[in-house]
Amino acid sequence: MPDDMLLLALIGLSYAGAIAAGLLPTHARNAAAWLAGMTTFACLLIVWAFYPVVEQSGVARYEMGWMPGLGLRFVLRMDGFAWIFAGLVTGIGLLVVLYARYYMSAEDPVPRFFAFLLAFMGSMLGVVLSGNLIQLDFFWELTSLFSFLLIGYWYHLPSARDGARMAMTITAAGGLALFAGMLVLGHIVGSYDLDRVLASGDSIRSHPLYLPALVLIALGALTKSAQFPFHFWLPHAMAAPTPVSAYLHSATLVKAGVFLLARLWPVMAGTEAWFWIVGAAGLVTLLLGAYVAIFQNDLKGLLAYSTISHLGLITLLLGLNSELAMVAAIFHIMNHATFKASLFMAAGIIDHETGTRDIRRLSGLNRSMPFTARLALVAAAAMAGVPLLNGFLSKEMFFAESLIASAPVPPFHGMLPVAATLASAFSVAYSLRFIHGAFFGPDPVDLPRQPHEPPAWMRFPVEILVLACIMVGVLPAATIGPFLDMAVRSVLGAATPAYSLTVWHGFSPPLVMSLVALAGGVVLYLLLQRRLQDGPEGTPLLRWIEGQRIFEQTMVFLSWRLARRLERILGTRRLQPQLRLLVCVVVLAAAWTLWLRGLAPGRLASSAIDPALALVWIVGAACALGAAWKAKFHRVAALILLGGAGLVTCVTFVWLSAPDLALTQLLVEVVTTILLLLGLRWLPRRIEDAEPATRMAEAAARVRRLRDLVIAVLAGGGLAALAYVVMTWPPPDGISRFFLERAYAEGGGTNVVNVILVDFRGFDTLGEITVLGVVALTVYALLRRFRPAPESIEVPEQQRIQNAQDDARPDRQVGDTVADWLLIPSLIMRLLFPVIGVVALFLLLRGHDLPGGGFVAGLTMSIAIIVQYMAGGTRWVEGRLRILPLRWMGLGLLLAAGTGAAAWAFGYPFLTSYFDYADLPGIGTMPVASALLFDLGVFLLVVGATVLNLIALAHQSIRGHRALPRADAPALVRAPAVVGED
Amino acid sequence: MELILALGIGIFAGSGVWLLLRPRTFQVIIGLSLLSYAVNLFIFAMGRLRLGAAPILGPGGTGDPGQFADPVPQALVLTAIVISFATTALFLVVLLAARGLTGTDHVDGRERDS
Repeated sequence: MPDDMLLLALIGLSYAGAIAAGLLPTHARNAAAWLAGMTTFACLLIVWAFYPVVEQSGVARYEMGWMPGLGLRFVLRMDGFAWIFAGLVTGIGLLVVLYARYYMSAEDPVPRFFAFLLAFMGSMLGVVLSGNLIQLDFFWELTSLFSFLLIGYWYHLPSARDGARMAMTITAAGGLALFAGMLVLGHIVGSYDLDRVLASGDSIRSHPLYLPALVLIALGALTKSAQFPFHFWLPHAMAAPTPVSAYLHSATLVKAGVFLLARLWPVMAGTEAWFWIVGAAGLVTLLLGAYVAIFQNDLKGLLAYSTISHLGLITLLLGLNSELAMVAAIFHIMNHATFKASLFMAAGIIDHETGTRDIRRLSGLNRSMPFTARLALVAAAAMAGVPLLNGFLSKEMFFAESLIASAPVPPFHGMLPVAATLASAFSVAYSLRFIHGAFFGPDPVDLPRQPHEPPAWMRFPVEILVLACIMVGVLPAATIGPFLDMAVRSVLGAATPAYSLTVWHGFSPPLVMSLVALAGGVVLYLLLQRRLQDGPEGTPLLRWIEGQRIFEQTMVFLSWRLARRLERILGTRRLQPQLRLLVCVVVLAAAWTLWLRGLAPGRLASSAIDPALALVWIVGAACALGAAWKAKFHRVAALILLGGAGLVTCVTFVWLSAPDLALTQLLVEVVTTILLLLGLRWLPRRIEDAEPATRMAEAAARVRRLRDLVIAVLAGGGLAALAYVVMTWPPPDGISRFFLERAYAEGGGTNVVNVILVDFRGFDTLGEITVLGVVALTVYALLRRFRPAPESIEVPEQQRIQNAQDDARPDRQVGDTVADWLLIPSLIMRLLFPVIGVVALFLLLRGHDLPGGGFVAGLTMSIAIIVQYMAGGTRWVEGRLRILPLRWMGLGLLLAAGTGAAAWAFGYPFLTSYFDYADLPGIGTMPVASALLFDLGVFLLVVGATVLNLIALAHQSIRGHRALPRADAPALVRAPAVVGED
Repeated sequence: MELILALGIGIFAGSGVWLLLRPRTFQVIIGLSLLSYAVNLFIFAMGRLRLGAAPILGPGGTGDPGQFADPVPQALVLTAIVISFATTALFLVVLLAARGLTGTDHVDGRERDS
């Protein structure tokens, strides 16, 4: 007796196989096929191993915690019905894998195909084995997802993309409805456990929420099973490779819908609402699908509509509210899976060997592929319901049910048998068309390929399936009997009716109906043959039913027109209103909180006003206001004023005992100013605003400015008030004490801020330097494709004058003046390089105990480098120094992350630091902490990122000059943004 | 002292917000910088003002924890300074690229229709 854990293995194996297949090389066709085949075969064996368990005890069950907080358990549950389905899914799956090995071309990325197929199989197994409603819906949506990937496998074809998208939209939307329905059902029962649900049929049917639950669940099931009016996605899904169609539309995807209806049949069926919703959808689909199928010219299209029709038949049987009809439904699910899979495979073989699937072009293939022709003939006969084949048996059951079905409304009594016979006649007609059109008649002319028999192993799956059709058709009780009985008993339990699985029931009314249908179908086909061969495309009488058009219009409306309209009403692409809105929301949110909680100053005595700092702040305020005033027309002035504001901030940090902040602020200020100065060159020349066109426009601009001023004053005033009030309250007992007490004991440093950064919160810092690196790379990438505006390309005025002067003097070369410009300062700047470098090193080394650290040191070092650029120019520096910022950044990131990871080697968590003191001869006691290595990583990254930013901008001027001669095309000349890194 | 710092923060923030709402990219970048000063100072002020408090522990980690400057806001602001530097750099380059592509330094990439 197999362990119940094997149920989990069944699903897990499929997904594991999918992942393994996905990891194979793109063209490993055989390896992927072997892997998929073995996985599927193992799954089939597991299913088979469960047969004795399910046969004897009824249900195999495996449970584990899933979301215990929500009371959800992951339940796998296999009863007879689920066993049959699992057998179909894995058995036909195995045949499809074998078939696909030969069907798929060596040029296709076959491992991807098998990965999707296996994942789909796992999801389908998840659906049929789920013992929990939510879990069932989860797997349900997974089948939608993987069927999307399978249908869209040839994503270079527009039809595959459209078909996949349509299938996904319809079935996934249905899945959402199903989810809602499952929630309602779970609410009614009080549990999502399937066993509990199945035990509470009466309370479900009498509950006021029964109807909403039914409608929602039916929406899910009917969309999945392609029932009218949601049937139109299925023909479009035929753009998939044929093995996919053979799998999805015979045994799996579309059967999920009828599986669910049958699963919930004992608790939800038996009402008039059920009959009207499920039965009516089934009846319409049965007739419509069969009728439309006759007029399809594509072999797969014909099979697609035939599938729709047969699913309609099953749905109708389920909707009839009769136990015997339920038996017929389960039986037909199995029969349809076998003959439809084999027919799809036969259609695929024809397509593969002849190059077309158009029935009008195909003809007389019987002579070139006789085996395939006979196999297809038998399978099509089973589809048509010819005696001694499996399709006949379930059809007979259906006819018998249609005669005795107790429809709630009188007119249906007579209508049902007529509709059944009619649909069956259609079925005979399209089966005839499939066979006669493809295999009989004169020899084909003008086919893309010379037809011949497929490889034997490609035909093998079809042979197996056709053999099953015949065996079941001839000896039903001996072959399928026990399995069918097990499945029916597991659904109906004690209510299982007596039914007989024999071929010959005597000369009964159903047999008469069968004969009428057969004869009618043959006559219909003969009548229509000429029209079908040469007549216009499309289905007569029903042209107006175009679910696809309605779907597309809806999609266009939702995803385009509605979205556009909403965007026009609610959205804007202009930045200013967005920012204004953001600021207003922040101000209002703060104001609202303050209004609720009050804003009263606390009792903390305020510190004495220091006149020096007050003076500094008067300067600061003037700088900020000046920058705001001048930023439009005097960019350099605004930049200098901004620097002033930054310096005031820096002084404030010094004053208030934050030396690390002050250092960082100062250096960042320097680097930012250089950056912005480099950028100024590429901004447009300021043109004073022309006179406003009208008095109105002037007034509007004035109103705009006034409004922004009010917002700015409110925001600033609010922040000032908030800051002041908070500062007058005594500080709460925060986490500062923790850091102060442990910085030395556990981090080995006396500079608490630095210890926090590199030790306690090292992970944050790692993230931060990563951001810095990403920004630098983005800057680099953006500037590689930088196209300066045409008017900014020419050499700046000052250089032009200098060059003109050089030109005019015979003793000077062009560029001499530029080279000599600021000669003394640039000499001093060159000499400063080692000095600044030593300072940077000093700041880095002492950072753990005194103000300094990786950030500050890195910024200092990058200033040393940029000073060289300013002194000597780009070419001079790069001729002498190896500037490789990308490598520095990579090295820094690796070093920081590696230091963190090294802790693992000693059995500590990531980024655990180590410290000690070492006596170095001549230098004295030195702290040796792993945090120093981490800080070194930070240092390298900051140097790299900052230098990359700065010199990527600086290089633009070289590139701009080279682009100059081609005034008509301002495209950049391919000079590297950073030398040595391009 | 608190009042002066609070007013200063307010003026920085107000100027920053004003510039943020302006139409020229350069104004916005200056505004963002001013706003980040204001916010950094604000976060820093959340540790309360301590004049003359030691920021560094004594040798061997000695000293009364209550007598030191609050390190937590400082660590936060240190991070914030570096990140706002990165944002400014990125914004500057986006600004330049947009200017090159669109030919204007208006924040929307095109002049206001009037």
